[in-house]
Amino acid sequence: MAKYLLIESRDPFENNIVARQYDLAVNLVKEGNQVTLFLVQNGVLPVRPGNLSSLLTNAAKAGVEVLADDFSLRERGIAAAKLAPGIKAVPLSIVIDQLAEGRKAIWH
Amino acid sequence: MATTLTFALMDAPYENARSTTALRLIDLAVKRGVNVNVFAYEGAVYLPFAKQAQHPNAVHGRSVEEENHPLPRAWIAALMKEATAKGVKLEWVNCGLCVDERGAAEAIEGVRRGSPADFWNFAQNSDNTLVIGTK
Repeated sequence: MAKYLLIESRDPFENNIVARQYDLAVNLVKEGNQVTLFLVQNGVLPVRPGNLSSLLTNAAKAGVEVLADDFSLRERGIAAAKLAPGIKAVPLSIVIDQLAEGRKAIWH
Repeated sequence: MATTLTFALMDAPYENARSTTALRLIDLAVKRGVNVNVFAYEGAVYLPFAKQAQHPNAVHGRSVEEENHPLPRAWIAALMKEATAKGVKLEWVNCGLCVDERGAAEAIEGVRRGSPADFWNFAQNSDNTLVIGTK
């Protein structure tokens, strides 16, 4: 089992490839890997309950750890207490911790 | 033995939040006692450009001091100072060809000119590498 860190900095409302990154995370889990999907910058926009947040909630249900950078949330006025189900607000330092443990990391 | 992380950056300053996030990551790594290598490629060689200067904002009627415009070179210098105080290594290499193409040779103290071979060596000798591409 490998461990992956997928960092998503883009907004799925303006970039169709973002949803494929979510799919990649789910498929990696289905193949027995441990995956964190870390949302940062405009990547946090779909965490508000809405038509695209279900993609993230479904990814979480599939076993992906879905995390959102708390600083990016604050910058965009998104309350950490009002995220869609399955998404957790965390500090950016999680990325350093997971890089340090040797996770395979991909920035998008 | 201390952990070492390598970051490859490609964005020019003032263009994308990726630059800010990258510097936040480097700051957090240094604060955690992690050695950091940075390979600045393409427009990112302008991040530590020594001639970045603050300016007034005539539209809002603010002076240079009031505007206090942020300078990436100052942030990077602060990161280097922080690394020294923390006793960890922060090595910043600017891609030489990218520097020449852009006339960006005047970098702040502590920045070294190099080549993609430096990135290869960084990656080979690091615990992990994160490439923050532009697209």
